[in-house]
Parts: sequence; structure tokens; C-alpha cells
Amino acid sequence: MSREDYEVVIGLEVHAELSTKTKIFCSCETEFGGEPNTHCCPICMAMPGTLPVLNEKVVEYAVKAGLATNCEISQDSKNDRKNYFYPDLPKAYQISQYDKPLCERGFVEIETEEGKKKIRLTRIHIEEDAGKLNHDEFGRGSLVDLNRAGVPLIEIVSEPDLRSAKEAESYLRKLKSILEYIEVSDCKMQEGSLRADVNVSIRKKGTSEFGTRTEMKNMNSFRSIVRAIEYEVERQIDVVEDGGKIEQETLRWDDVSGKTFSMRDKEDAEDYRYFPDPDLVAIRLSDEYIENIKKGLPELPESRRARYIDEYKLTEKEANLLTSSKYLSDLFEDATKISKNPKAVANWIMSDIAKTLNEKELEPDQIPFTGEHLAELIYLIEKGTISNTIGKKVLAELFENPNKPSKIIEEKGWIQISDEGAIKEVVIKVMEENPQSVADYKAGKEKALGFLVGQAMKQTKGKANPQMLNQMFKEELNK
Amino acid sequence: MNITDLTVHELMEKLEKKELTSEEITKAYIDRINEKEKDVDAFVTLTTDDALKQAKEIDEKRKNGEDVSKLAGIPIGIKDNMCTKGVKTTCSSKMLENFISPYDATVVEKINEIQMPSLGKLNMDEFAMGGSTEYSYFKKTKNPWNLNKVPGGSSGGSAAAVAAKMVPWALGSDTGGSIRQPASLCGVVGLKPTYGLVSRFGLVAFASSLDQIGPITKDVKDAAMLLNVIAGHDERDTTSAIVEKKDYVKALKNDVKGLKIGVPKEYFGEGINEEVKETLEEAIKKYEELGATVEECSINVADYALATYYIIACAEASSNLGRFDGIRYGYRTKNYENLKDIYRNSRSEGFGAEVKRRIILGTYVLSSGYYDAYYKKAQQVRTLVKQEFAKAFEKYDVLLTPTSPTVAFNIGEKSENPLEMYLSDICTVSVNIAGLPGISIPVGVDKSGMPIGMQLIGNHFEEETILNAAYTYEQSIKFKEKYEPEFKK
Repeated sequence: MSREDYEVVIGLEVHAELSTKTKIFCSCETEFGGEPNTHCCPICMAMPGTLPVLNEKVVEYAVKAGLATNCEISQDSKNDRKNYFYPDLPKAYQISQYDKPLCERGFVEIETEEGKKKIRLTRIHIEEDAGKLNHDEFGRGSLVDLNRAGVPLIEIVSEPDLRSAKEAESYLRKLKSILEYIEVSDCKMQEGSLRADVNVSIRKKGTSEFGTRTEMKNMNSFRSIVRAIEYEVERQIDVVEDGGKIEQETLRWDDVSGKTFSMRDKEDAEDYRYFPDPDLVAIRLSDEYIENIKKGLPELPESRRARYIDEYKLTEKEANLLTSSKYLSDLFEDATKISKNPKAVANWIMSDIAKTLNEKELEPDQIPFTGEHLAELIYLIEKGTISNTIGKKVLAELFENPNKPSKIIEEKGWIQISDEGAIKEVVIKVMEENPQSVADYKAGKEKALGFLVGQAMKQTKGKANPQMLNQMFKEELNK
Repeated sequence: MNITDLTVHELMEKLEKKELTSEEITKAYIDRINEKEKDVDAFVTLTTDDALKQAKEIDEKRKNGEDVSKLAGIPIGIKDNMCTKGVKTTCSSKMLENFISPYDATVVEKINEIQMPSLGKLNMDEFAMGGSTEYSYFKKTKNPWNLNKVPGGSSGGSAAAVAAKMVPWALGSDTGGSIRQPASLCGVVGLKPTYGLVSRFGLVAFASSLDQIGPITKDVKDAAMLLNVIAGHDERDTTSAIVEKKDYVKALKNDVKGLKIGVPKEYFGEGINEEVKETLEEAIKKYEELGATVEECSINVADYALATYYIIACAEASSNLGRFDGIRYGYRTKNYENLKDIYRNSRSEGFGAEVKRRIILGTYVLSSGYYDAYYKKAQQVRTLVKQEFAKAFEKYDVLLTPTSPTVAFNIGEKSENPLEMYLSDICTVSVNIAGLPGISIPVGVDKSGMPIGMQLIGNHFEEETILNAAYTYEQSIKFKEKYEPEFKK
């Protein structure tokens, strides 16, 4: 069989850290970073005798996520214990949800080459994050950091509806943007606050049975997810084509070698012994509670998209790209509010900013400057204080050392020379230094003008106002 | 007058009348500890020096006219599974031999607030698993009535210390009878409050849905007073109930006229000692004389309660005790080369046989493929047990049963036979399963002079009813005035 005869089946389990101020079962702060074991207390360190108290914000955020992804919200839900031993799990059980998750049966829509496609969500449940192990930091041991232990997570489980690495990426981008829009997670993949377990299997096209799946855990960049899926699909096809069988197992993706490796053998298959946590009372949500959260949901990407086309007269393509990320969309709105020039703002984001993000391999949430900065940059160009060329240099500088663009051009001395006297001085100087070109122009060689303007630009390090320069040369040469 | 013979309410009066000082009281108890502890072995850790210092400070405050609680300066003993900042909390386990909690349990905070000096931490079966205190890693506590006998358990140290008058009163914890059964075997009063009445925060968990802290005291009035101190909602424990604050002492009316008492026949069947039965029959007669109506009744599912209890308690314990893994605190094996070794060897070496037995049992009943047959079934039976009790309380105010099928048994008699040990919980476990309050009071002694206990069970949050019923009978038989532990060797 050829490769085209196989269909790829992918399902994602996405973990998003919720951006509540405090942890899920105690009042420790959730902030990323911090010296090891400074954001913990007897409760999240699982000292004997401590008890969890559920943070109500966590329920609210999870319900928000459920509503924004078209889920049914369970009014009757509970917490369960998932038991296993690992040093980053201080209680030796993770408080999660087993058979009664908060949200069930939702969907999100993604754009594919064949048009829109609904990806179904099985469930969204709340649980606590584990701590972190720092290996080999001092000698041969491993050190436990419990700052992250008890940080609230939602786990979003999709149905196996995804059919390619590209679809998986679109789905994850869509999910990320929704979570950003409703402000329940900052979704910083580089900090691990959004990560995915990827389940991949293959089957012959036209069959309805699923193949045996493998799982790659804790993937935290789009690039590695796409690469890992592509690699894993090829590997599975090779195994099957060689007459082998796919083993159901957990794999580790290695970004450096670009390969997957088996993580543990099947003998270690875990039995988590889930059971309802007797320390926590059941979660009961009233209709009113759910309705109130629904009313409080912010504008979602779909609606922003429509508004951009309608109100700002952007093209569909522009609106799609801008709303793909809340950070881009917010940047656009913030800048537009000040500059009143949505087209220019959109152009900058779509071209130079998008290009820079791509080159630097950054996500939109890592843009270090604000909409106000961008608006000022556009204003300075419109006003003629700087040229478009200098504008691009200012943008590059904004990525390096964000500051007010007016400050940047002042410090760098990039202000465009628009002073008539100063321009005239340069024009006369260049004409004196280049008599041949002057003579050529007067003899009818129009091209010589371009050369002279170029020389003047060189002398002013690109700061001279090009229109004025042109004008002035013509005047002087025609005298 | 012997200070250690007095109840806490008597001590409180004498403090008020300035006939005694906190220092005198505390000193008397320390002297008593110095005299009897070598025979009884009730304490894991003594904090007598700190207690005396605190007592002196309180006398000073009283002298200066500072506003202190009436109970301030009256000492107490605490079971060693309640966390105390700065003082070891061992759960009588090698696993926590040197463990010092960084925080105080809610009940300990309440005691500190009132300024009751703690004389020390009291011995127990390891992690509260057992009915004789023989499963303590450190020592076997003896029954003050006969030093060859067990004090019961798991709060055996607390009950023995109160019976031996080494503490005026003590805190115990009760998961399947661990307050009531040792109280019964030691001839003192033990109250297990309704699940949720007392905060569990800081109580090292054995079985979270069953554990409750309660008083072990010389008489019923003291039990009501100590319950006043420890009861109340705690926002750190979401299973603690929001109920109005009551004064349980006010409930003690010495009057049971019109009280409807049910006597469930299932608790008087096979395995219940004849002398225990006879003594309770006397109690029943007495209640009728006092104006209560007594009727035989039935709690149908009682026969399944013990099995249900051991499945649920062990399941929860297997998970609760996972945190003792040798990583952050507690015992860590010296013998390891990898992570698995640390887990396996720390837990193998750090836990005693009974604890391991229950962890294995609990792990089994939660395992995939067995969950439905055991844990889920047990939860269903639990619901039935609750319903049976609810039905009974439609008709009766109080249910009357033995606390323990037998009087205290010999040290070593049952410790090698876990099933027989489990049977000593048969009268008490269903109360925990249903989350009800239960009290045990001494009602007589058998031919060998060992005390016999009676259990009164009430409806949820009806502590007042059982306290009054217990108090009324106590007043009529005057057990404490008639019998005295003899420290028989």
C-alpha cells in the first residue's frame, strides 16, 4: 500500500494552567518562577493532617472555558483522587475529576482547506498541577520544587476528530486563542502553562475502526507538536508496512534528534485507583450561576472577526489573522483606538510584526511592546517625522528594547530632516561635489536625479525627507 | 482532697473560688504522671515542663485581673495524631518518629486559645489502626484497671491517661470506635461527635469520611464542656458543618422522662459477652424507672457494617497514607539505589504490619476490576446503613447498645489475629459509617473487676440528646464513686 492509503487519526488532551491568583486548594500564589519552594504551604506540600479547600474561581474559569467551547455544563460534579507515586506529587494522589467532569460534549470550529470543520470535545475537567523535579542541579540527586504543585489546570480532551498535523495545529491554535480571549489562562507555552498530550494512530482509508494509538506527553510548542505527529505517522506507517504491529504506549518526543522514544514498558501500566475525594464536598452549580457566567463572557474571536470586517473594512484574511490570537487582536484594537487608522495598524501587524515573530520564533504573547507604541510609530510616519524605512528600524528596536518610538528616534538620532534650509544645504553640497551628474541631468539624462538624491540620502544617513529632497533638487537643477 | 480525683468542672469551680491555682493543678498531674506513667505507658511525648510554665503564666494573668477563660490553666492530653507546632506528632509510627508539624491542628489552636497547657502527646495504635494500642511502634499502653490488659484503641493512650488520672481529660479520634471502645475498656467517658461537628484540619487522616475528633473524660459533664471547646465550623475543612454554636452543658438536665430509647437487637447477638448483656439490661431497667420508654428495634444491615467499614476505611487509608513516601518528611530508608527502592523500602521499614495490611486491603478494593465489587458495593451499603438509622430515628431519640462486645482483653490475646481484633469494633463502626454521634459511658464492672461500657447513639447533630441521656444514667448509678482503677499487676 502507499502512504496515501492511510488515514491519520489524532486526539489531543490539552492542559491549560488557569490564571487564578491562588492555587486550586490553598491560598498560595500561582505566579510562575520564584525561588524553588517559596510559593507553597503545608497544604500544597501535603503535610500530614492538611485538607484541601476548592478555589471557587477555578470552577468559574472552567465553566467559562466550557461555555466558550459549546460544552454542556454539569450541575452535579465532584473531585476524585488519582493515585500514583512520583516525587513531584506530594500527596501521592492528584485531585482531578474522573467520571463527573464539569463540562462535557462541546466543540470548536477550525478552518481547513476544505472549509470549516467541527472538532468535538469529550470533556473539560479541573485538576491540580504537580511540582517540578530539577535533575542533577547539585551532584547526582534530584530536587523537588513544589511551587507549581496545586496550580489549577483544566484538561480539555478532544474526540479523535483531527486528521493531520496541520489540523491538530489549527485546533490547538483555536483553543489557545479562545482561552486567551476569555482570560482564563495566559497560555504561555514556553512556560508550560499550555501543553498537550497527543494521541496518534493510523488506519486504512475507508475503515471506521481505530488503529492502536500511541501517546506523546507534555508537548509545549506548536512546532514540536507538528514535527512529532509527522514523525510518528511516518513511523507507524513504516511499522505496519513492514508487517509489524503498533504497540499502545507512551512516547517521548525528542526535539533534538527529531524522534520519538518509548517511555515506559507495559509492565508498569498504571492503575490509578480513582475514587471520590472524601475531603471535598460535591460541586453543585445552580442554573443561575451558570447563566451569570454566560452573561459575563467577553467577546469571542468569531464576533471580533465579524466586527473587523464590518466596522474597520478589513479583508477576511486580515480579520482571520488578527483574531487568531487574542494578543494580536488586542494589539490591533489598542493601536487602532489611538491611531484611528485600522488599515495601517493591520498592515503593520500582518507584515512586519508577523514577519519578525516568525523570524524570531516568537508567539504573539511574547510581543514586548504595546498597542500605544505601535500607534505612535504609525503616527510618526504619517506626520513625516520618520520615513517608512526608519519605521521598520524602529519596529526592530521595539522588539529589542521596547520604549516610546519618539524616544527611540530621538536617542538614535533618526528624526527625518524636513527643514527646508537643512535640505537645501545638502542639495547644494551634493550638486557641488557631483558636477558631472548635474551636467548629465541638464543634458536631459533624468536618471542622474536619482543618483543625486541617493547621494543626499547617504549623507543624511537616510533621514532626509525624500519628497522634499526630490522637489529641492528639481528646483535647484532647473534654475 | 486529691486534686487528680476531681473532674474538670470541679477544678474549674475551685479555680474560680481561688481554692486552687493552675500551678497546683498542673503540678498534681505531673506528680501523678511521675508516679503512674512507668506502669501505664500512655504518653509518646511529655511536655510537662512547658505545661507547668504555662500554668504559672496563667496564674499570673488571673492575679493581675486579666480576662482569661474559666478553663485556662487546666491541663489536657492530646492523642498523637493531632498536629502540634513545635512538638512531635508521631501517630505512634516509626514513619513519623521525629516528625514535627509546622502548624497546629484546628482543635489544638482552640485549646491554645483557651490556654490549656498540654501535658503531652498520647499513645495510640499506629495511624489509629487498631483496637488495643498494641500496634504502637513505641510502646504498649496498659489498662489502669489491670496492667496485663489492653486499654483498647486506637485512642488507648488517651483513655488510659484519663483513667489513670494522669490527665484531667484528653482528646481522642474515632474512625470506627477509637474513642468509644477504649473509653469503655478503661471505664471513662468517650464521645464521638457527628461527622462534621469538629474540624479535622490537622488530624492526620486515617479514613477521611469517617474520622472525627472527640473528648475522653472522667464524666459526661466534662465531655460536654470539652465539646463546647472543640466544636464549630472551620473553613479549612469543607466537610465541617455549618451549625449554630451550642452550649452542651446546658443540655444536661438529669431527666429522661418521655425519652424514647430503641435497643437494636443486632447488637446483642452472637459474640456479645453475657456479663456485658446483663449489665446493659440493668441500664435498660433503670432508664424505664427514670421515665424513658425502651423498645427493642432492628437495624437490618448491621451485619454488613463491619465489612463495609473495613472496605471504606482501608480504601481511604491506602490513599491518605501515600504521602508517607520517604521524600519530604518522615522515615527514609538507608537502603536504596533508585526511586522505587526509596518508596518500597521506606514504606516497608517505616510502617508496621497492621498499617501495611490495611494499605494492601485498601489498594486491592480500589483496583480496576475490583472497584465495583468492593468499594462501590460498600458505598451502596453505606447508604443503606444511613437509611436504616434514619428510619430508627423517626421512632427513637436514642439507640442503646454495648460499646464493646467484651471487657478489656489480655495484652497479646488478639494482636496476632487481625480478624478477631476487627470484631471488637462491631458495635461502634456503624455509627461512623452513618456519621452519627455516639457516646460511651461506664455502667458497671464484670466479675474480674473490669469496666463495662454502654453506647448511646443519637441522630445527626443531636449530641445534646445523648449527652443528657448519658448524664442522667451516670447520675443515677454513680460509677465513678463506686469503682476505681487498681493498677493490678
